[in-house]
Amino acid sequence: MRHILAVLVENNPGVLTRVAGLFSRRGYNIDSLTVGRTENSRISRMTIVVSGDDQVLEQVTKQLHKLVDVIKINDITSDQYVDRELVLIKVGADPSVRAEIMQIVDIFRARIVDIGRKTLMIECTGDEGKINAVIESLMPFGIKELVRTGKVAMLRGHKFTSINDNREDD
Amino acid sequence: MKLSGAEIIIKSLQEEGVEAIFGYPGGQVLPIYDALYDSSLKHYLVRHEQGAAHAADGYARATGKPGVCLATSGPGATNLVTGIATAYMDSVPLIALTGQVPCDMLGKDSFQEADITGITLPITKHNFLVKDVNDLARTIKEAFHIATTGRPGPVLIDIPKDICVKQTTFKYPDKVNLRGYKPTMKGNKGQISNAVKLIGAAKRPVIYAGGGVVVSNASEELFRLAELTVSPVTTTLMGIGAFPETHPLSVGMLGMHGTKSANYAVSECDLLIAVGARFDDRVTGKLDEFAPNARIIHIDVDPAEIGKNVRVDVPIVGDVRMVLTELNDKLEQQQPTEWQERVARWKEKYPLCYEENGILKPQCIIEEIYKITNGEAIIVTEVGQNQMWAAQYYQYTKPRTFISSGGLGTMGYGLPAAIGAKVGRPDSVVIDIAGDGSIQMNIQEMATAVHYNIPVIVAILNNNYLGMVRQWQEIFYDRRYSYTDITGPDFVKLAEAYGALGMRVTEHKDVGPALKQAIEANRPVIIDFVIEREENVFPMVPPGGAIHKMLGG
Repeated sequence: MRHILAVLVENNPGVLTRVAGLFSRRGYNIDSLTVGRTENSRISRMTIVVSGDDQVLEQVTKQLHKLVDVIKINDITSDQYVDRELVLIKVGADPSVRAEIMQIVDIFRARIVDIGRKTLMIECTGDEGKINAVIESLMPFGIKELVRTGKVAMLRGHKFTSINDNREDD
Repeated sequence: MKLSGAEIIIKSLQEEGVEAIFGYPGGQVLPIYDALYDSSLKHYLVRHEQGAAHAADGYARATGKPGVCLATSGPGATNLVTGIATAYMDSVPLIALTGQVPCDMLGKDSFQEADITGITLPITKHNFLVKDVNDLARTIKEAFHIATTGRPGPVLIDIPKDICVKQTTFKYPDKVNLRGYKPTMKGNKGQISNAVKLIGAAKRPVIYAGGGVVVSNASEELFRLAELTVSPVTTTLMGIGAFPETHPLSVGMLGMHGTKSANYAVSECDLLIAVGARFDDRVTGKLDEFAPNARIIHIDVDPAEIGKNVRVDVPIVGDVRMVLTELNDKLEQQQPTEWQERVARWKEKYPLCYEENGILKPQCIIEEIYKITNGEAIIVTEVGQNQMWAAQYYQYTKPRTFISSGGLGTMGYGLPAAIGAKVGRPDSVVIDIAGDGSIQMNIQEMATAVHYNIPVIVAILNNNYLGMVRQWQEIFYDRRYSYTDITGPDFVKLAEAYGALGMRVTEHKDVGPALKQAIEANRPVIIDFVIEREENVFPMVPPGGAIHKMLGG
């Protein structure tokens, strides 16, 4: 089963290597990993999507906790959460098919962010299913280049993954 | 007043109560060595950086205090690696200080540059590269804190040369604040009650004690637990000394070269109380058949060890000593049953044994060492047959008297570790039980022992084989002794060349007198015991086999 871990880490040099190294040497599979700063500049947040059964997940979490730079880990999979991914797609677009492509872009509420002589660059955000659907739809036109950010995710409602714990904010 | 980074390092080490450092100078640590020159810290110049790491490790295991080693950048640092990995696998508090090229030279493949924080990432509990002299004191404070608390382990601090030269005001912090590092020390009350219930209901309990008992200084609490529950006690290699092997409830070591009584007891028990142990493959053998009928209580300070290899019924995360104290307070005195008698019968029926045939046997040498030292010595070992015989045929009664590379199995560990142990515990007789293969891996440290007159005794069990590998070749590879036939130097002459005392013993009757002479000499000694060449370590569980199915013995 796939799990989404929200991991708060010290924004120290090498922290990504520590986390990535842990996964590779212990043989855990990372589906995706994103990292960026949070509202606190000393803390970065990783969103790690990892596959494995409950026993593997328990070990992943415990081993991550052993890293001194890891402050907090939330497995948000079983909670209500919002997850998003961003994709940039450069698609082959002769003038004859541009209208059709623009229609697809509209349907998915994506955006055209650049136009070349024979290409269009499309930006789309959404959950994994939507991103996959956009890619699928644009496939017939010839995808020249594609880049995805990997997933970021956040709990819905008043639950937090922050160092202030899951206290309600009222 | 402002101090240089190098002076801050020395002052910080003194603040931490460090008395001894094992190290080797070089270009990038020149400022640190310059500061050492007029300090009161005792520095021991080893002959190879690996020796420094093992010596600091042996010092730490013998004293319970963190060991400190120091090496220059590049090759100096990489030479520490095996020693750091050894300490990591056995949870030894070790501080490794390495010099590094100046900050502006980093990442440019500079002379003697190696990314040692990158290299040691998977074999340290944590490591640091200090890039600002203002961070230095705090970093050292944090390093000692991380190395010595929770599950101890090695911490490396990499210090560029310019940081050692730069100056700042020195103030050693009183406390550390690491929000990502808060080891759980106190056991969960609910789980402790669950353990009490399981113990009350158990008919055939066994205590399986590991190195964690030694690390957390919990021998007395373990003793009380054993007496309260009337449980037979088996220890791992790392747990040797945690429980007196002379006690009627002791069944000795378990696992691959464990006693039959220990392995049978674990296989038949209905409750296994694992204390500071990690269910290593050398202990469990085939996992499905390890303690198959038992409920398991697992006490360990490292939550990641719980449930890693076996399913546990009652997990208790916490410091072994604190958890056992609380557990013991809640326990009622149990009464012995038919179970204890059964275990005692196994013990009587299947003692460790070997055949006497007139040729000098390694086992009898270990027994003689036990007799002559009254079991009061610190025994350090190399790795292989020598290590197993040392574990089997000496009866350990106190923690920190058996020092051995268990997890990593590092040949060449013994001599430098013995030097470190002797530095830390100068009043104890320290004997390195060695093989003729292992001893040659760090024999250069004889020069260190002689130079500082550190009177360690090296007892080489010399069979002119890499004995343990040969044993496996004999049993599993049809006696095809591929490259295990090894010749050594004349160890007596070698000892003399180093300025140590050298002796050779070929007969049983000379073992005792030679050992006596070695202890009385009060200087470094090598005794070359020429032993039966193809003696095997028994009993033996074939790798991956169930532990109750043993060969030999």
